[in-house]
Amino acid sequence: MTILQNIVISILEEVAIQDANQYPANVPTYQIPRERFAEIAKVMKTAGARLVAEWATDETLHPHHPLPHQGGGGRGMGFGIYACYAKDSEYLIIKTYTPLEDPTFPSLVKKFVPAYRFERQMKSLMGVVPVGHPDPRPWIKHEDWPEDAYPLRKSFDASKPIPRVAGEYRFIKAEGEGVYEIPVGPVHAGIIEPGHFRFQAVGEDIINLEEKLGYVHKGIEKRFETLSWEDGAKLAGRVSGDTTVAHALAYCRAVETMTECTPPERALWLRALMLERERIANHLGDIGAICNDVAFAFLLYQFSILKEKLLRTNLKLFAHRLMMDKIILGGVAVDISPDAKNGILTEMDWLVNEFERLVIIYDENPSLEDRVRDAGILSPDTAKGLCVVGFVARASWQPIDCRLQNPFPPYDIIVPRVAVLKSGDVHARVWVRIEEIRESIRIIREILNSLPEGEIACKFILPSPDIAGFAVVEGWRGEVVYWLQSGPRGEINRCMIRDPSSVNWIALEQAIHGNIVPDFPLCNKSFNQSYSGNDL
Amino acid sequence: MLRILHQIFRTGIVTEPLPSAIEAEIEEVGARLEEAIKRRFRRSLTIRQVDAGSCNACELEIHAINNPVYNSERFGIHFTASPRFADMLLVTGPVSRNMEIALCRTYNATPCPKLVVAVGDCGCSGGIFGESYASLGGVDKVIPVDVYIKGCPPTPVVMLQGILKAVGK
Repeated sequence: MTILQNIVISILEEVAIQDANQYPANVPTYQIPRERFAEIAKVMKTAGARLVAEWATDETLHPHHPLPHQGGGGRGMGFGIYACYAKDSEYLIIKTYTPLEDPTFPSLVKKFVPAYRFERQMKSLMGVVPVGHPDPRPWIKHEDWPEDAYPLRKSFDASKPIPRVAGEYRFIKAEGEGVYEIPVGPVHAGIIEPGHFRFQAVGEDIINLEEKLGYVHKGIEKRFETLSWEDGAKLAGRVSGDTTVAHALAYCRAVETMTECTPPERALWLRALMLERERIANHLGDIGAICNDVAFAFLLYQFSILKEKLLRTNLKLFAHRLMMDKIILGGVAVDISPDAKNGILTEMDWLVNEFERLVIIYDENPSLEDRVRDAGILSPDTAKGLCVVGFVARASWQPIDCRLQNPFPPYDIIVPRVAVLKSGDVHARVWVRIEEIRESIRIIREILNSLPEGEIACKFILPSPDIAGFAVVEGWRGEVVYWLQSGPRGEINRCMIRDPSSVNWIALEQAIHGNIVPDFPLCNKSFNQSYSGNDL
Repeated sequence: MLRILHQIFRTGIVTEPLPSAIEAEIEEVGARLEEAIKRRFRRSLTIRQVDAGSCNACELEIHAINNPVYNSERFGIHFTASPRFADMLLVTGPVSRNMEIALCRTYNATPCPKLVVAVGDCGCSGGIFGESYASLGGVDKVIPVDVYIKGCPPTPVVMLQGILKAVGK
């Protein structure tokens, strides 16, 4: 019995019922009465837990399984409302039901800030209404969608286009002498994804930034419901292309928990090898791009040469530069030869040498330092309050890394050392990533030095009907969360995806306060969150 | 400063010639192109990249063609911040419903003559996302497309090949 579990049981006693159909066993799910949903959030907050995700499911078509103490509750009574909490190495899921005739639930936004967007999204896409939420505007769904188009509902026909209606999205406006507004996007100046930023500014100082996202909403979660379990891994690999390995891995791990399938040891280690290579490649590219945003193009080009070499090795070893579709249910799709193993070890020796030269140049350059230090500060308190994850959290004194807190082989043996910094500025986010590259190189060397022999995949069994699985994987941006549920016929009934961006985007709005407009690209790049992973 | 200079000399020029098959192709279209580029584009091709709904993998590879190894600038290719200066739109997809209007506006803001290149399997046909309430499918469902670059994502060499092919049209 874990701490969070104890809290739930001590407060709710027998009205909290553990759901036996939720996997894995170390992430317990409790079904509770709807009116006590926010009460649990309050005690979780007091206990120091963070809100990981909040989502809804449509279970109106499920067969009815009455549960005791719930007034004949159970499946088939409407929409499932879920909240996932985490504290240290514990994860806990709380669920409740809300009927089709009155699809409301108590909002958690007063306890947890991330609920602000989660709940707007649930309302927009599933049509379940958070009572007590201060912001009625849609999220992801844009103002020109019909009000009653709820794509995640089973009654919604997702194959047809939906009509455009007249609508308006009201941004928060600042008023006063000299205040002006800058709209940016959705089409941005660089080669980046689309999103809209609305600045309120006086002179060069930013008073407020408001993000409007959802432009790359492709209906991914709904799409999963039409795919086979095997094809789901491919789609997961395209939720956010730069994080293809972590997403595919989190999906596969969630499905594997449902069938209690354990891939062969060698497959698990190769998965970690790919995950760390993805981390290094993205970190290299981003550190260079951050330097470029303060007009130090030299380091952009230098770092991009290193990144290019890694991607070429990926192509040679895994037949794909980004390692897409190499993680499959039950294992991995490609093995590496002993020669390739030595090749990677030599590559790592080369990388350490080249990388450390560039780090010295970064570190010794005062004009660079002048721009990156004290810019875009996300204070430790704010970071904690916003429940941010990944390198953004670690640069603001939050030691969250699910390779440590929720380890799977080989991270139980090769334990990562986590770099945590306190200053929360652009420099801290760069430096945390520099340390992570060093650490990933060490992990890759250790993986290769003791890579187990054997098969690279096992036979995958289909999940049985009416169960759910959960998994977290530390991608390069941070904790990637998947929660999957099988339907009455054993199909994918719901796939909930929480990219780190879904919680971290809101932190950028906070970090930009007190900065000047010309520093926005720099601050934004230092967060570098995914639009596609957020919009889904 | 000395360290930076030293690193520059150590690195040297890393730009590679394209694979010989492609070089040959470029040679072949090159002669025909030279006149066209000189006349139409004043020896340079300016591209506006538009992400109309991609998963961002295509963006990574478009970034890569700008790195020193592929060095697309050597062909006179550069990327611009505004469609108003662009000769070509490089569009990744699928086109999401929420980007349809922005893509049309970008297209209309680009002066004629203009070229449109659809990038990636999704940009070509909608890819794994297909057509749905949120995804309209390939780029040509929304604006006219001149050249398609397939791949998930296309490698930088394939990307360059496609861009050069479009100029030859």
